[in-house]
Amino acid sequence: MVVKILGLGLGLALSLGSQAQDNERYITLASTTSTEQSGLFDAVIPQFRDTTGIDVHVVAVGTGQAFEIARRGDADSLLVHDTEGEQRFVADGYATERRDVMYNDFVIVGPTDDPAGIRDAETASEAFSMIAEAEAPFASRGDDSGTNRAELRLWESAGVEPGGEWYRELGSGMGQTLNTAAGMDAYVMSDRATWVAFDNRQNLELLFEGDEALFNQYGSLLISEERHPHLKHDLARQWHDWLLSEEGQRAIADFELKGQQLFFPNAE
Amino acid sequence: MSATDNAFQTALTLVLGVDPALMGIVALSLQVSLTAVLIASLLALPLGAALALWAFPGRGMIVVLLNALMGLPPVVAGLMVYLLLSRAGPLGQWGLLFTPSAMVVAQVVLVLPIIAALTRQQIEELWGEYREQLSSFGIARWRAIPTLLRDARFGLITVILAGFGRASAEVGAVLIVGGNIDGITRVMTTAIALETNKGNLPLALGLGIVLLLLVAVVNGAAYVVGETARRRLG
Repeated sequence: MVVKILGLGLGLALSLGSQAQDNERYITLASTTSTEQSGLFDAVIPQFRDTTGIDVHVVAVGTGQAFEIARRGDADSLLVHDTEGEQRFVADGYATERRDVMYNDFVIVGPTDDPAGIRDAETASEAFSMIAEAEAPFASRGDDSGTNRAELRLWESAGVEPGGEWYRELGSGMGQTLNTAAGMDAYVMSDRATWVAFDNRQNLELLFEGDEALFNQYGSLLISEERHPHLKHDLARQWHDWLLSEEGQRAIADFELKGQQLFFPNAE
Repeated sequence: MSATDNAFQTALTLVLGVDPALMGIVALSLQVSLTAVLIASLLALPLGAALALWAFPGRGMIVVLLNALMGLPPVVAGLMVYLLLSRAGPLGQWGLLFTPSAMVVAQVVLVLPIIAALTRQQIEELWGEYREQLSSFGIARWRAIPTLLRDARFGLITVILAGFGRASAEVGAVLIVGGNIDGITRVMTTAIALETNKGNLPLALGLGIVLLLLVAVVNGAAYVVGETARRRLG
């Protein structure tokens, strides 16, 4: 009996080991929750795999955490959406190249009855001022993600120091923040992809969109070979180049969810 | 109300439909948690027994530490193992981060204190009964350990199941060290967290019901084995 159990355990442990070695031709990609949860990678990665035979393991986290994972040398490649942060990442020597891949935009959603009246706002920063003035509940990611950083820049341009009872920093991912906002009828800024994919909307609806300030650029980075020689730089470069290639750009444009194109390729 | 109804329907379709993606997730969950519990048991059962039998300086501190670690938050365990296995960490060159093996390590950290602390308690009680008898036969303490573990086995099965419950229920640690990679390190709990984030609450709750059934089946199997053995021994 004991021997049987030991054998079983050994078998389990060994099969775990062999699973890890099964496919050496893969890279680990640190990316954001919006790309993963919208289903973009499910549509794009199989095409990349068919062309190159390389698989991509996506670790989807907030942009801040994605930078940290790449900084420590735990991911072969990085695809995030915080252009300023990305440029700093290159300047600090952690990455050797950063390229535009695609964009989409942020939207401001809120309760249907729109207590702050942002439907009539001309610009995104005006909408933010109106929310602050009405002291209507606003749910912020508060997690140093790309979306959170973009939101904080908008408050700055609106000349508002967000804080107080109405401003609620959740410290959560986009989906969790939408769940909470739906529960407390709060305004929230979301990337369009996560919003379209999100099912638990309750009383929330899209109230403001289309301002240039809500532009959301995604970039792909090549991690520094000098800093992290152990990473799979050859495979990561193939992924990076493929994303920028005609084939990769078309795969991104072809991805639709609920009849909507969610990401717009703009590699140069 | 309708969300809960949908969840039961979803759970039913998931179980009956034998969705291959779900089967992969279920298999990986079992594989990771059972391996972790096995490794933790091999270390923690002798450790718990040793703590019960010997008095040595610092023993009290170890006992208190183990008891405290029973309440270790999974995210903290995950963070510690992440820093250990990260490329920039001491064991980085093993390249275990974001693999099922890393998830096993994190769960061992969570489960080991539970099994060791509860084993110590069980064996200590038994040792109180057996002590005179065993010493009158002139049996050395370390030779008494196998006997004690054997005679306490029914209680210890419950201890090990408590460890398994902890391993299969936690999400914080495996999310950090496994990365919730689709088809590679996605287990039941991280899949539930992901579906909740997508706002797909019926599917999330449906997966939760499947997880609950799974844990019930494992516990049921352990109960049947225990009962059969007990009856056979009279």
